[in-house]
Amino acid sequence: MSAPRTSDCVPAFHEPLIFEEGGAGRRGYSLPALDVEKVDLKKVWPAKLIRKGLDGFPEMSEVEIIRHFTRLSQWNYGVDAGFYPLGSCTMKYNPKVNEDVARLPGFASAHPYLPEELSQGALQMMFELERYLAEVSGMDRVTLQPAAGAQGELTGMLMIRAYLAGQGNPRQKVLVPDTAHGTNPASSSLCGYQVVQVKSNEHGILFPENIAEKMDGDVAAIMITNPNTLGLFEENICEIVDIVHRHGGQVYGDGANLNALMGLTRIGEMGVDVLHFNLHKTFATPHGGGGPGAGPVGVKAHLADYLPNPVVVKEGENYRFHYERPKSIGKVRSFYGNFAILLRAYAYILSMGAEGLKRASLVALLNANYIRARLKEFYHLPYDFPCMHECVFSDRWQNKFGITALDIAKRLMDYGFHPPTIYFPLVVHGALMIEPTESESKETLDQFIDVMIQIAKEAESNPAVIREAPHQTKVSRLDEVLANRKPKLRWKP
Amino acid sequence: MRYIPNAERDWESMLSVIGHKRLEDLAAVLPEGLRLQRPLNLPSPLAEMELVESLRRLSEKGTEGKKWISFLGAGAYNHFIPAVVDHILRRSEFYTAYTPYQPEISQGTLQAIFEFQTLICQLTGMDVANASVYDGASAVAEAVLMAQRIKGRNRILISRMVHPESQTVTQTYTHPLSLPLEPIPYSADGTTDLKALAKAMSGEVSAVVLQQPNFFGCLEDVEKAAEIAHAHGALLVVAIQEPLSLALIHPPGQLGADIAVGEGQSFGNSLNFGGPYVGFFAAKEAYLRAMPGRLVGETLDKDGRRGFVLAVATREQHIRREKATSNICTNQALCALAALVYMATFGKQGLRELAETNLSKTEYAKKKLGSVGSLRFSAPTFNEFVLTLPVDPVPVLAGLRAEGIIGGLALKRFFPEMAGEILVCVTERNSQNDVDRFGDALGRRRKK
Repeated sequence: MSAPRTSDCVPAFHEPLIFEEGGAGRRGYSLPALDVEKVDLKKVWPAKLIRKGLDGFPEMSEVEIIRHFTRLSQWNYGVDAGFYPLGSCTMKYNPKVNEDVARLPGFASAHPYLPEELSQGALQMMFELERYLAEVSGMDRVTLQPAAGAQGELTGMLMIRAYLAGQGNPRQKVLVPDTAHGTNPASSSLCGYQVVQVKSNEHGILFPENIAEKMDGDVAAIMITNPNTLGLFEENICEIVDIVHRHGGQVYGDGANLNALMGLTRIGEMGVDVLHFNLHKTFATPHGGGGPGAGPVGVKAHLADYLPNPVVVKEGENYRFHYERPKSIGKVRSFYGNFAILLRAYAYILSMGAEGLKRASLVALLNANYIRARLKEFYHLPYDFPCMHECVFSDRWQNKFGITALDIAKRLMDYGFHPPTIYFPLVVHGALMIEPTESESKETLDQFIDVMIQIAKEAESNPAVIREAPHQTKVSRLDEVLANRKPKLRWKP
Repeated sequence: MRYIPNAERDWESMLSVIGHKRLEDLAAVLPEGLRLQRPLNLPSPLAEMELVESLRRLSEKGTEGKKWISFLGAGAYNHFIPAVVDHILRRSEFYTAYTPYQPEISQGTLQAIFEFQTLICQLTGMDVANASVYDGASAVAEAVLMAQRIKGRNRILISRMVHPESQTVTQTYTHPLSLPLEPIPYSADGTTDLKALAKAMSGEVSAVVLQQPNFFGCLEDVEKAAEIAHAHGALLVVAIQEPLSLALIHPPGQLGADIAVGEGQSFGNSLNFGGPYVGFFAAKEAYLRAMPGRLVGETLDKDGRRGFVLAVATREQHIRREKATSNICTNQALCALAALVYMATFGKQGLRELAETNLSKTEYAKKKLGSVGSLRFSAPTFNEFVLTLPVDPVPVLAGLRAEGIIGGLALKRFFPEMAGEILVCVTERNSQNDVDRFGDALGRRRKK
C-alpha cells in the first residue's frame, strides 16, 4: 500500500477573530490628499442623519491583515491542496490562466452600464458562450444571467410557468424524483408549485410507469437530474419525456451532473425543454468557498421568448443588448449575471475544445468506475451497476461496528483527503457519494482507495480511532447542537 | 489536455480493473440511440499563450485600451481596491474550496464568514446577518418574501427610488406568488413621498421597501418611514446599494429598519461588467429563523476549543426541501471575503475618511456641474446626484465619449419622465481635474 498522506505538516497558528486584533490608531490604507475643499458634514446633512462612528470596526496595519487572512486560509482544504471527491459538486481543477484572464482590466473595470459601443468585447464573449453551451447541451437558446444553479432552477421553472400560463393554465404541481437535490423542490415551491415526489426503482432510476401514474393535466413539469445523483443514467428518459409531453407538461433538466456527458450525448436531443448548467462544476470555474458560481439556463425554441432580459444579439459585426421582449420573465439578477465567472468558463471551453471536453467526461467516468470497482468489496454498494461520473456507497457494513458515514468522512481528513458527500442522496441510508472528476491521477485515486480500505479495516479493529476522528485537524469535531440551540452568529464586544 | 492527469497508459490498467477495453466503452451506459455520433462543433482548442492573447484583444474591443474618465454609478461603484484584497482572494485555499460542509477542514472560510456577518451587523446596526446572497437585487427580493412569510399579508409597498433592477428582480420573484408590488412616488426634493406612503398603508401591507441613499442619490428619512410602516404592523426593509455611505449615515437598524439588505460590490469587488457581486442580508434577531441563506455560528469542538460551523440549517433547502425559507443553496463566499478584507483594510477610520472624500468630491461636482445644468433635487446626497441638462442628454453623452468622458447615466431609461436628467456619480477615483473637464465639456455643449 502506498503511504497515505497526512495533514499534520502544516503549522496551524492560533488566529483570533479580527476584532480581537489590531489597536487604536493603526491603519492599513492610504488615500491621496484631498484635491477639493473638505466638506463639513454638518453643513450639508441634517444632524439626525449623521452617524457617530463605526464602532467595532478593526484598526489594523496591512501586515496584520495579510497575516490574519493567510493564517485563516491555512485552515482550509481546497482542490489545489488535494483530492476533493465531494459528490455532485464536481470539484475539478480550476485552471490558473482563467483566473488571470478574468482579471484583464478591460473586463474587470467595465461598468455594467457602459455604452454598448464600449463593451463590444464583453458582449461578444456572452454571445459566443451562449452558443457554446447550446452546442454542448443540444438546447436552442441560453441565458447566462442566473447567479447559481439554484437560481437557474428558479429561472427555468419561471419560464415553464410563464409558458404554460400563456397556454391558459400554469398548472399546480411539479414532479420531483426522490433522488433530486433539495434545491429542486425548493425552487418549484418558490414558483408557487406543489411538489409531488416520485420514487426511483430498484435500479436507482425512474420508471416510466411511475411517472405515468402521477402525470395528469395538473402537472406543470418534472425535474430530472441526468445522470442522477446515484451517478446512474436515466435510461428511460425518452419515454418519460414522451409521457410528460403527452399530458402537456414540460421537462426540466437539472444539469448538475453534466460533467458525465460532454461530447457523449446531448440532453437537448432527449426532448428535455429546459436545462441549467453549473459553470462552477462542469466548466471548471472555482467554487470560491461556496460561491460565486453561475447557473446559465438553456431552453428549446418554444421557450426562447421567456428568457430573462436582456439577451445579446448580433447585428452585422456589432453586438447589443435586446430588451424589448414582452414575454420575458423579467430579470432574476441585476445586470447580466456573474460575468467574470462566465469569462472563466469561456476560457475553459476555448482551452479544451470539443475533444478535450469529451475526454474530460470519459476520464471522469473512468475515475468513478475505477473507484467503484475497487471499493465495492469493502463498502456496501446499494446500486451495483456501471456508473457515470460518481458512485454512491453506504456505511451499512461499517454500521455493525458502530461506525457511520460521518465517522468515515472525518477519518478521511486524518489521511489528507476531503471527504465525499455524505447522507445524500436520501434514497441511500448512510450514503457516501464519491465524485472524483477527471482531475485526479491514478496514483491519487489509488491512495484514496487504499485509505478507504484501511478505514474499513480500522472499523473492525479499532473503531474508536474512527469515532474520535479527525485527530490531525485544527479543531476536532464541532458541537453543531450547541451552535443551533444557542446561535451565536456574530462577535460582540 | 494539461488539466487531465491520466494518460492513455493509465487508462489501460484502470480499464482492466473495471472490465473494459477502450475508454469509449464507458459510454456504453448510454442507450445507443442517444450517443452523439459527431464531435461537438466548438472552436479548435487554444494553447495558453493563444488564449491569453485572444482574451486580451477581446477585453479591449470597443475601448481599444484607452483611458476613460467615468461618472457612472447607479448601483455599481468605481472604487479603488487595495492590493491586499486580490492577494487574499488569490489564495487557492480560499477560492478552490467549496461550501464548508466539513467544518474541521474549513475553519478559514467559516471564520471569515463569521467576521463578515459581524461587520455587516455593525455596519447596518442590525442583530444578525447571513453569509451573503447573490447580489443586492435578489437580496431585496428575498427580503420581501421573508417579510411576507413573517406577516402573512399580501401587499408590498416599494419606493420608486429603489434601484430599478432590484425592483424588476423582486417583481420576478413575487409574480408567481401573486404578490404585486405597489410603487410609492418621489416628492419634489427627490426622497420617497412619505405622505403618499402613509396614505397607501393598510393592515394588509407586509413590507415597505426603501433604498438608502435612494437611486437618485438622495438620503431618505428612514426613521419616519419606519414609524409609518410600524403603525400598520408592517416591516420596513431598507436596501443599501452603496454601503460606503453607511460610514457616514446613521445606520438603519437604529432607525427602526426590520430588515437591511444591500449590494456589497463597493467593498473590494471589481465592476466586472456587473458581476459577480455580493448581496448582504441582515435582520432583527426575532426574525432569525425566517431568514434565507447560509449562517455561520460559533461553537466549541469536543476539546473545548472555539470553532465555527454552518448553523440554524433547518431553514434550508437541503433539509426542508419544498418547505425551505429559500431555494438558495450557496452564498457568495469569495465576494464576501473581498468585502471583509476591504472593510478591515480601511477599518474604523479609513472607511469614514474614504466616505468623506466621496462626499467632498461630490459636493464639488454638484457646484461645478450645477452651474452648467441644474440640480434636479434638493435633498442631501452622498456620492451621486441627478443633474438636469438643458438639452437632450443622449447626444450630449455620446459627444462627451469622443473626449474620453463617460458622463453618467441618462435616466430616461428607467424614468420616462426624466428625459433631460442624468445620474452622476463621483468617487475617490475622480480628481478635481476630471470633474472640471466634465463640467467644461458639458458647458461647451450647452452653448451649441
